Amino acid sequence: MKYGVNEHGYYGDFGGAYIPEMLYPNVEELRQQYVQILNDPGFKAEFDQLLRDYVGRPSPLYPAKRYSEKYGANIFFKREDLNHTGSHKINNAIGQILLARRLGKKRIIAETGAGQHGVATATVCALMGIECVVYMGEVDMERQAPNVSRMKMLGAKVVPATSGSKTLKDATNEAMRDWINNPVDTHYIIGSVVGPYPYPEMVAQFQSIISLETKKQLLEHTGNELPQYVMACVGGGSNAMGMFYHFLDDESVQLIAVEAAGKGVESGHSAATTFLGREGVLHGSRTILMQTDDGQVVEPYSISAGLDYPGIGPQHAHLYKIKRAQYVNITDDEALQAGLLCSQLEGIIPAIETAHALAYLEKMTFKNDDNVVICISGRGDKDLSTYIKYFGY
Amino acid sequence: MNRLNKLFESKKDNLLSIYFTAGYPELNTTLDIAESLEKAGVDFLEIGFPYSDPVADGPTIQHSSEKALENGMNLNQLFEELKDLRKRISIPILLMGYVNPMVQYGIERFCKKAAEVGVDGVIVPDLPMYEYEALYSKYFTENGLSNIFLVTPQTSEDRIRKIDGLTNSFIYLLSSSSITGKNLQVSNAIEDYYKRIKSMQLKNPAVIGFGISNNETFTKACEYARGAIVGSAFVKFLETENYLEKIPEFVKAIRL
Repeated sequence: MKYGVNEHGYYGDFGGAYIPEMLYPNVEELRQQYVQILNDPGFKAEFDQLLRDYVGRPSPLYPAKRYSEKYGANIFFKREDLNHTGSHKINNAIGQILLARRLGKKRIIAETGAGQHGVATATVCALMGIECVVYMGEVDMERQAPNVSRMKMLGAKVVPATSGSKTLKDATNEAMRDWINNPVDTHYIIGSVVGPYPYPEMVAQFQSIISLETKKQLLEHTGNELPQYVMACVGGGSNAMGMFYHFLDDESVQLIAVEAAGKGVESGHSAATTFLGREGVLHGSRTILMQTDDGQVVEPYSISAGLDYPGIGPQHAHLYKIKRAQYVNITDDEALQAGLLCSQLEGIIPAIETAHALAYLEKMTFKNDDNVVICISGRGDKDLSTYIKYFGY
Repeated sequence: MNRLNKLFESKKDNLLSIYFTAGYPELNTTLDIAESLEKAGVDFLEIGFPYSDPVADGPTIQHSSEKALENGMNLNQLFEELKDLRKRISIPILLMGYVNPMVQYGIERFCKKAAEVGVDGVIVPDLPMYEYEALYSKYFTENGLSNIFLVTPQTSEDRIRKIDGLTNSFIYLLSSSSITGKNLQVSNAIEDYYKRIKSMQLKNPAVIGFGISNNETFTKACEYARGAIVGSAFVKFLETENYLEKIPEFVKAIRL
């Protein structure tokens, strides 16, 4: 693959494994084994079977009639919100739990922002009967309270991250510290295409089922497996990478990644990483991150906990730098309005993360026969209180 | 031969090193603290430059880093504070910190500046060997800086040998795979690990760090290595009033 990873774990200038020695054996074990395990027919069969019977895949590609009328193009929703647990996160969680079992791990840790990845991880741990500890920023635990309860009900222990901004980046720090302290029996299920190599590649491969299915489904709907546009929201970037993956080499397909502008990119309260960030090292990989001139990580802001992250995955940084994908941003207000519009035009209440991708439709100009796929990465149940507060329902 | 090599050549055992975070608890005290430590008989020092996301550190050093950043510590400030380093201090000095602030400062510029003020080596826990060798080792070598690597109980023999070949001062043995600020536990497995390292007859001496907080743990560590490094315990001590005056007592309590 032209845009794939090289033998040292780099996508162009980005990636690698910038980890302390304490994590080296764990990461090296993964690096040496993941390709073999992922290509093992037994693994593939189990992964596919669980995605089908447990997650409910393939997720539908829904031709959004009223959206298509409104925006003057053929708009398709890739319905990851219909997955078990309500988002794309389960695809990766299933893949990694099967991997962890094959590596003989007895304990799972994870970080979570919106709680979607935490719920997905708690779910697969319940399914496999493995101990599960989820780190979540204290601030996120408040704004995503229903997901905290869900994780607990599923048998996971939820540990608040109380350092820094008390959001996703801090939860990730805490999970890494846990992994350093438990190097032998624990597998860290990273929820996005971030972290040291091989995580970004591994997570992208598990999520690539999204674009694999989309191609087949588009062919059925339109007679052509390639659309003009593929769109997704980006925090760390896992649903976007899954949505882009099998389209990367199809250069005619325009890839649009929507970041969270928060209260506006110039407001000082934003998570628009490519707009505000510079190259550096975050959570084990060289990437683009929001930071001060001195290289201190800046605390991001977005109303959406899943996009409230100061970096992006290294492959996204690469796609941005070489301009294979376009990185744009949407404010809190625009996203919430789009969430309401989608609810009332299509009867689908999207996650606020997803609503960022939907909101960008307002800023695009289409030709009538354009085919557009948007990844509906998650459903909005977890965000009801935020929506309710904003709109006063 | 740099100051570190000379030290390890002239003094065979019970070497004591102390870590502290520059800019904590206040700015413009780096050399005062260093000087007190030298006078109290500490053999070499690690001066941390703070980072917002120190994943290898426990709560004590996290807190000191946060505070130091609030105080305005950064690499410019640190090098300014170290301007007269070699007028006041003669023991070896290492800088320790995470890679991103160095990347933003410029790694070549960082190495030059460190050498210019009289720093002897650098410890960067999240700078991997591959990147170090491929991209940065030339800057360290050109400026006569040692790069010190960490080794944990899980580090393979092959890798330890590779590390031994890449460095030219000492190897930083972690007492366990853990973040900083935990207490040293000596189990049979850990004892085997220290013995294993000893039997490898590495060209570089080994010093034990992480979990060394008092005389008991220091003495224990010195049984297995040339010396030991105290970090979190000293950083915690810096919270006490008039800490500069009390540094000799702190060091004395470690050494007895």
